[in-house]
Amino acid sequence: MEEIKLIKGNEAVAEGAIRSGCDGYFGYPITPQSEVLETLMELRPWESTGMVVVQAESEVSSINMVYGGAACGKRVMTSSSSPGVSLMAEGLSYLAGAELPCLVVNVQRGGPGLGTIQPSQADYFQAVKGTAHGDFKMIVLAPNSVQEMYDHVFDGFDLAFKYRIPVMMLSDGIIGQMMEKVVMTRQRPRWTKEEVSQISDSWATLGKHAGREKNVITSLELDSQIMEKRNEHLQAKYRKIEAAEVRFEESQMEDAEYVVVAFGSSARIASEAVSMARAAGMKVGLLRPITLWPFPTKRIEELAGRVKGFLVPELNAGQMVEDVRLAVNGKVPVWHYGRMGGMIYSPEDIFNELKNNAR
Amino acid sequence: MSFQVEITPENKVYGKTPLLTDNVMHYCPGCSHGTIHKLVAEVIEEMGLQDKTIGVSPVGCSVFAYNYIHIDWIQAAHGRACAVATAAKRLTPEKMVFTYQGDGDLSAIGTAESIHACNRGENIVVIYVNNAIYGMTGGQMAPTTLLGMKTATSPAGREAAIHGYPYKIAEIVSMLDGVCYVTRQSVQSPAAARKAKKALRQAFENAMAGKGLSFVEMVSSCNSGWKQSPVDANKWMEENMFPFYKLGDIKVATEPKEA
Ligand SMILES: Cc1ncc(C[n+]2csc(CCOP(=O)(O)OP(=O)(O)O)c2C)c(N)n1
Ligand code: SF4
Ligand SMILES: [Mg+2]
Repeated sequence: MEEIKLIKGNEAVAEGAIRSGCDGYFGYPITPQSEVLETLMELRPWESTGMVVVQAESEVSSINMVYGGAACGKRVMTSSSSPGVSLMAEGLSYLAGAELPCLVVNVQRGGPGLGTIQPSQADYFQAVKGTAHGDFKMIVLAPNSVQEMYDHVFDGFDLAFKYRIPVMMLSDGIIGQMMEKVVMTRQRPRWTKEEVSQISDSWATLGKHAGREKNVITSLELDSQIMEKRNEHLQAKYRKIEAAEVRFEESQMEDAEYVVVAFGSSARIASEAVSMARAAGMKVGLLRPITLWPFPTKRIEELAGRVKGFLVPELNAGQMVEDVRLAVNGKVPVWHYGRMGGMIYSPEDIFNELKNNAR
Repeated sequence: MSFQVEITPENKVYGKTPLLTDNVMHYCPGCSHGTIHKLVAEVIEEMGLQDKTIGVSPVGCSVFAYNYIHIDWIQAAHGRACAVATAAKRLTPEKMVFTYQGDGDLSAIGTAESIHACNRGENIVVIYVNNAIYGMTGGQMAPTTLLGMKTATSPAGREAAIHGYPYKIAEIVSMLDGVCYVTRQSVQSPAAARKAKKALRQAFENAMAGKGLSFVEMVSSCNSGWKQSPVDANKWMEENMFPFYKLGDIKVATEPKEA
C-alpha cells in the first residue's frame, strides 16, 4: 500500500531522510527550515532505522559533523537557511576538496545579512558559483514541490555517492513551509556494515585492516604539481557530471516564440503565467532547470537559435539570468524580472512582464 | 676507534612500534609533537586497536599526523576536529576515535566545537598539545601564550591590557558533566613521557568503555616558535609553563555520568 502524507516541504525532507537510508543528520535551528530538525527529533529515527540525529552548536559544527560522517562512508546530511549556509562555506570547500559525498539543504530566505525570514532565491550564486574558496562545484537540485523535496533527498544521496561530491538541495521558504501531498513510493533501508564496506572501503575511514593501506581523508597537498593534478581530477569529474546529469523540465515548447526560464517556487508561479499568456494567444513555453549546476546550457543554446527571447523571473536581483545570457550568447534578448527581500510576484506580474517585453 | 653493535634479538633494548610509519617526521628537532605521536601509536598498538581507530588531525604543525601512524585518518578544518570526531564516533560507535589538536586549533578558533563535544560527553579522546604558541604559522600569540612571552604578534611580550590573559581550557572543560577525565601531562623527560603514556591509555580505555570524553593536555615545547634551542626550550618550559599549567590529573570520574 502506498504511503501518502499531507506535510510541509521541510517535513518531507525529514521523512525523506529516514526513508532514503540516511545514517546521520546534523543541524542547527533557523527559520524557515527548523521543522527538519524538529520533525526528526519528534520521529526519533535512532529507535527505528538507527539513524543518528544531532543538534549541533552551530552551522559551522553541523557541516564539520557532516564531514566526519561522510569520511566514514555514511549517508549524512544537514539543512539550514541562508545565513547558516554562509557559515558552512569553509566546510563545503573541504568536503569538495576531500571528495566526500553529502547532502546539504538550503531553504532560502531573503538577505543580505540577517535579512528576512520570508522566502527568496537570492542564494543561487552562492550555491552554483561562489560557495567558498577554491575551484569547486556542488551538484545543485532545485525542487519546486513538497514531493520533490522528498524525492531530492534520494536523488541527492545517489548523485553524491555516484560522484563523491557534495550535493545541495536549493529550496526556499515557500516550498519549505507549504503543505502538499507527498507520495512516499521510494523507500530503502540504511546500508549494512558490509554494504558500506563494499561501497567505500577503498577511500573511507572504516578502520585500517590488513587488506589495504591506511585511508586518509584530506584536501591538503603542499606540492603544487600534485595539487594541480588534484584540481584537474576534480575538473574532469565536473565535466563528466555536466555531460551526464543535466535535468530540466519543459512545457509548451513546441511552437514557443518566447521562453520563460524559472526554477523552484518561481517555476510554479511562472507556469501559471505561461497558461495566462497562452490563453491570450501568446506562444510562450516554460523551461524549468531542475539541476542548477550542471545547468541546461545546451538546451537553452538550442532554443536561442529558434525563439525570439527569454524571460527569467527569479526572487532575487538577477542571478540565474546570467547563466541564461551566457547560454543565449547574445542571439536574442534576455530579460530579468525579480522581487527581493521576501516579496513574491504573482502570475499576473509575470504575465505583464511577458506582454510588455514580448513583441 | 670504531664501535660496532651487533644487531641481534638479545641485544635489542628498544623497538619502534610498527604502527609508526617510516616517514621522516617534518617536526623541528626538539619538538614535542614527535614524542607524543610515538606514545599515541604505542597505546593504540598495545590495546590492539589499530584496525578500529580513527584519528582526526587538526590544522597546525600536526596536520600531517596522518603521515606517521598506520591508522585511518580524517584531516579536519582548523578548530573543527571535535565536530568531525563527534560524527565519526556517533556513526561508528564501535570505533576508537580521537582528535589531536594544538592550542590555537582547540582553544582559539575551535573553542565552540571543543566545549560542546565535551559537554555532550562524546565518547572520544581529545589530545591537546599546548605549546603556548601558533607553531605552524610562524610563532604568533595563542590564547595560551604566557604573560610577558614574546611572539610574532606580541613582540613586546604578551600584555594583559592588550591581549587578555592566558587561559586554561582543561580546567574549563573539567567542569562539564560530559567529561570523565582531564589530565595535564608533558613529555620532556623519559619519566614524564611514561606518565603521559599511562594517561593516554586511561583516556583510550575510557572512550572504549563509553564513559564520556577524556581530555589529555600535553604541555609542550615549540623551540622554533619560542626561538630557543631544544634544551633551553625544555628548561624554559619547566620554569615558566609548569608553574602556570600545573601537571597532574584535574578530573577523574570513576563512574559514567547518568544518562
Ligand atoms: C580558517 C583558518 N584560519 C587560519 C589558518 C592558519 N593557521 C594554520 S595553523 C594555525 C595555528 C596553529 O596553532 P596550534 O593549533 O597551536 O598548533 P601548533 O602549530 O602550535 O602545533 C593557523 C592560525 C587556517 N589554516 N585556517
Ligand atoms: S614550529 Fe614548533 S610545534 Fe611546529 S614542529 Fe617546530 S617546534 Fe614543533
Ligand atoms: Mg600551538
